[in-house]
Amino acid sequence: MATINLKVNGKNLAVDVDPKTPVLWVLRDHLDLVGTKFGCGMAQCGACTIHVDGNAVRSCILPVSQIENKEVVTIEGLSEDGDHPVQKAWLEHDVAQCGYCQAGQIMSAVALLKSNPSPSDEDIENAMNGNICRCATYVRIKAAIKTAANS
Amino acid sequence: MSQVKTTINRRSFLKASALAGGGLMLSFSWLAGCKPKDEELLSMPEKWFEFNSYIKIGNNGVVTLMSPNPEFGSNVKTSMPMILADELDIDWKNVIVQQADFYPERYDRQFTGGSQGIRQGWKPLRTAGATARQMLIDASAKQWNVPAKEITTEAGMLYHKGSGKKAGYGEMASLAATVPVPAEVTTKDVGDFKIIGTSKRNVEGKNIVTGKPLFGMDYKEDGMLIAMIVHPPFGMMIKSLDASSVKSMPGIKDAFTIKTLTADYERNGFDTTSFLELGVIVGNTTWEVMNAKKALKVEFELMPEYTMTMQQWGRGKVTAIMPKGLESTEGHRAEMEKASKAKGDILRKDGNPETAFKNAAKVLERTYTAPHLAHNTMEPANCFANVTADKAEIYGPIQAPGFITDTLAARLKLPKEKIHIKLARMGGGFGIRAYGHHLVEAAVISQTIKAPVKLVYTREDDMTYGIYRPAYTATYRAALDKDNNLIAFHVKGGGIPEHPIHANRFPAGAVDNYLAEGWAIPSNITIGAFRAPRSNFNAAAEQSFLDELAELAGKDPIDFRLELLERARTNPVGKDNDYDPDRYAGVLKLVREKSNWSQPPANVSRGVAAYFCHNTYVAQVVDLKLNGNSPVIENVIAAVDCGIVVNPDAAKNMGEGGIIDGIGNALFGELTFKDGVPEKNNFHQYKMIRQKESPRKVEVHFVKNEEEPTGLGEPLFPPVFAAVANALYKATGRRFYDQPFAKHIEMSPSRM
Repeated sequence: MATINLKVNGKNLAVDVDPKTPVLWVLRDHLDLVGTKFGCGMAQCGACTIHVDGNAVRSCILPVSQIENKEVVTIEGLSEDGDHPVQKAWLEHDVAQCGYCQAGQIMSAVALLKSNPSPSDEDIENAMNGNICRCATYVRIKAAIKTAANS
Repeated sequence: MSQVKTTINRRSFLKASALAGGGLMLSFSWLAGCKPKDEELLSMPEKWFEFNSYIKIGNNGVVTLMSPNPEFGSNVKTSMPMILADELDIDWKNVIVQQADFYPERYDRQFTGGSQGIRQGWKPLRTAGATARQMLIDASAKQWNVPAKEITTEAGMLYHKGSGKKAGYGEMASLAATVPVPAEVTTKDVGDFKIIGTSKRNVEGKNIVTGKPLFGMDYKEDGMLIAMIVHPPFGMMIKSLDASSVKSMPGIKDAFTIKTLTADYERNGFDTTSFLELGVIVGNTTWEVMNAKKALKVEFELMPEYTMTMQQWGRGKVTAIMPKGLESTEGHRAEMEKASKAKGDILRKDGNPETAFKNAAKVLERTYTAPHLAHNTMEPANCFANVTADKAEIYGPIQAPGFITDTLAARLKLPKEKIHIKLARMGGGFGIRAYGHHLVEAAVISQTIKAPVKLVYTREDDMTYGIYRPAYTATYRAALDKDNNLIAFHVKGGGIPEHPIHANRFPAGAVDNYLAEGWAIPSNITIGAFRAPRSNFNAAAEQSFLDELAELAGKDPIDFRLELLERARTNPVGKDNDYDPDRYAGVLKLVREKSNWSQPPANVSRGVAAYFCHNTYVAQVVDLKLNGNSPVIENVIAAVDCGIVVNPDAAKNMGEGGIIDGIGNALFGELTFKDGVPEKNNFHQYKMIRQKESPRKVEVHFVKNEEEPTGLGEPLFPPVFAAVANALYKATGRRFYDQPFAKHIEMSPSRM
């Protein structure tokens, strides 16, 4: 066990955990931030996507020791009131079915638009290919990203 | 307008002891939109008045509607309350939707599966809404001293034109909740619906995009421990578990084994329990328990054959044999090939197929196969349980809570009324969450350790636990006369461990000489309902076969099907044909029109298929191209007849999902076994459809009619397998008989 200093959604926090603990489980079990989801545990499905210093990363395989003193943003910290343009686009297109993967999808989409504000279809397909949606809402995800890009 | 007797849901009018208050999870429908303007913000009422199990009205006119069915993504949490709201005649923006707990004394049917939520909820929900509306009218008549029949309602207001009196529902709720429940009420004409038929956004939309705790996996309680399981391969059982191998690890409390069922327990159809004994590790946090799971020393040994008594739907009590041995896909394939050449059980026979085949001018025979499939819901199985000496509190993802309560009662030795199941939003279901083994496991673990616990499956546990879509094989044979009329049709299908055949489905009824046979091979690899069970194979095989048959007959594939449906309509063969030929033909005609069938876009290969299952008719056209050996789906055009469409945009969403899921499974879905062990256990091995393989476009068109609504979760899934296969034939010149198709495309030369 070790004390790890974190900055999550703008707040400075300290947790006392095994430094090898994946960020996903620190968020979910220790910080009660359960919007970031467990899907596969091996960076294959994207449900656990968060931002570390603005980049989309898979939190299920990222040891918590590696994010000390870095800016972490989770779905809960994306906006004050769910009014980030990508969240709004998701609502406008009523994308979700079961909803379990959508936090990860949104985090990947936000990172894409940050680096590429007007992505082509191919750019979207490449950037979002790591996020599985078992309900297969892919057509709406793509449409919502385009709407967000235009807003 | 129609008169409805309210007695059908009399039991739902039991008064609740506690009304909605603090601490409940509430979904405000306006949250689904953008940030509400101040004047739109609902304030919570000071008092609630309960009209029946589904409806509470606040003194300020805010209405709480209970959504009875578990939500797994088909959007029943929005669409079922829409039905209540329309008959109650309220403004949707004043509605709060709340998930009902499992409470069979108060709700009619709390089962999400078989695409039956809307279909079977239609009458009870309309009746509950219309009844509360009538009680508001009766109360107003009493207070205003005017005849009830002169009172009208609109958007949560009561009006009496003659006297000019009016009141909001909130003002009248206190009196109305006390008037007698009418014995008969009037429901609306279809043309008078104001909410049904308009698109309402998912009531949980905002909670989903902001990451609120909605799922069983997200649940937490003080003092709660985390548990994980270890299970053997199929055909094996636990020989020994060495708790000392993990007990000194950080955060670990204990490791032990549990029996999942008592030996004498008579199972029901949803009691599929793949393993009679499981290893369990309990600890403080998920990561600590995951680490211990990797370190735990467990030995397995071969399981002897065993028999179990089961109550099966439509078959009564049956004794099923769980064979011994370590099974492999290779062995399954050999056994199925052998069985498919022997005679099966005759499921239906019309006319004289043997003679017709002898006299045929042309005979076509083709065999189709499909592998086991894993459901792979994005949320792995999990469940919270807190079992004390006299009661059990359970919260988890479950499609069919009613089927697991007997199992829980028997295993925990608690009376049924002491078992309280709360319904978590499910991170996908697709059939597998109808099987509540994880609820029983969590409850037994909690009872054993005498503490609240959340059981969490890893992805590997979830993928290797069983309850798969069975592997199937079917041989289709058809006879044409010299004029290319279909004179005989024969299907013989089987699988591991059940056959897929629906003997009374099309083209039964459209052919004079018809034979359906089924066979099954027992297996210890457990199976269960998977999105459109059996149909998901039949549609793929039958509709590919009809495409090839139409070609042999020199006919357009849509015209060929329409000819057969015309025969079934005007002069049906046999009895018990389970489809309406007019509605079936209707979706084919609509897809022909919407796809501009005779003039496909340049450079696409086009395939069509149609199927009827789960009470809904669907026809689909797939337009694809090949990029090297990879299919690129340019467009899917679907025509659907599900009667009245309650929530059109959500219905389209469901259709899009079913289609893309079908394309994914048709191209990639496969689980194989070696010596009782699934050969894939996570998404690095199990290929799921992703954004790159998704169609560029999906169109879902609905037939407009006033038929009572039927479901959409399943019916769009099965036919697209065949529409893809038929389009691939056009693209490659090769027919695709064996799922998944993608690996066969890679072996074929591209014609594009």
